[in-house]
Amino acid sequence: MVFRYINTRHPIHQLRHEMDRLLTGLLGRATGWPAPDRGRPATNVWEHGDTVMVEMELPGLKSEQIEMSVSGGELTVKANRPEDQPEGTVYHRRERPRGASERALRLPADVDTSKVEANLADGVLTISLPKAESAKPRKISVAPQKTAQEKQT
Amino acid sequence: MANEDTAAKSSADETRAEHTWSGQHYRPDVDIYEKDSELILLADMPGTQGDKIDIGFEDGTLTIHAEVEPRQDENAEYLLREYEVGSYFRTFQLSEAIEASKITAEYVDGVLRLCLPKSEAARPRKITVKS
Repeated sequence: MVFRYINTRHPIHQLRHEMDRLLTGLLGRATGWPAPDRGRPATNVWEHGDTVMVEMELPGLKSEQIEMSVSGGELTVKANRPEDQPEGTVYHRRERPRGASERALRLPADVDTSKVEANLADGVLTISLPKAESAKPRKISVAPQKTAQEKQT
Repeated sequence: MANEDTAAKSSADETRAEHTWSGQHYRPDVDIYEKDSELILLADMPGTQGDKIDIGFEDGTLTIHAEVEPRQDENAEYLLREYEVGSYFRTFQLSEAIEASKITAEYVDGVLRLCLPKSEAARPRKITVKS
């Protein structure tokens, strides 16, 4: 899985955004493009200052049921949502996804994977990946050029 | 949907009545279960809190509405954007008679759980045949 660096000003993405807004009015949910996959949770990734933030909506899970690992520049999140039908009931409608889901994301080269932090609250998993110190822009001062006289001495 | 279940029908769309709130609202995924004494409704609604969820029941219509705070800055630089964050809204027309005063709600790990006890008249009764 490779990050798509989306230029949101490209006409294709603006068209897609417009279509999402139109379809949301009909379907009540922004449609993913390609279509959202039950076994592959939808993910948002954005930059917040010097940190790359990764977020997934994983309702109905305790943190023990989510596995997260970083290796070889890839972040992998696995979750298994067990069946939770109440005892002694019949179902009328079942829309909520359950079972195993997994997502692997290739991380930008400049994140410091030793400083990953994750937080699960109210069904939202938020992972923060600070950029490595060496990746931050550094001012490089240029030594002044020696004049002809200074070079002689 | 072609195959509509008997216990609950989702209202055609929330656009019949005008709402006062603005902004995009999403329909949460829902499971509905039934036993003799009650209906149980489970809704996936991550990213909100118990005190931001409004549940109403009137004339057999159940309404669920929850405000969700945005989690990203408006002008955040996205590297990947596959879903939107927004408030939830959904209504159901329940065919069972429900004891409105006994409805309970719980919000844990982003899932709303509603127990809707059926009123006495609606509970199935065994009828013995005298012979």
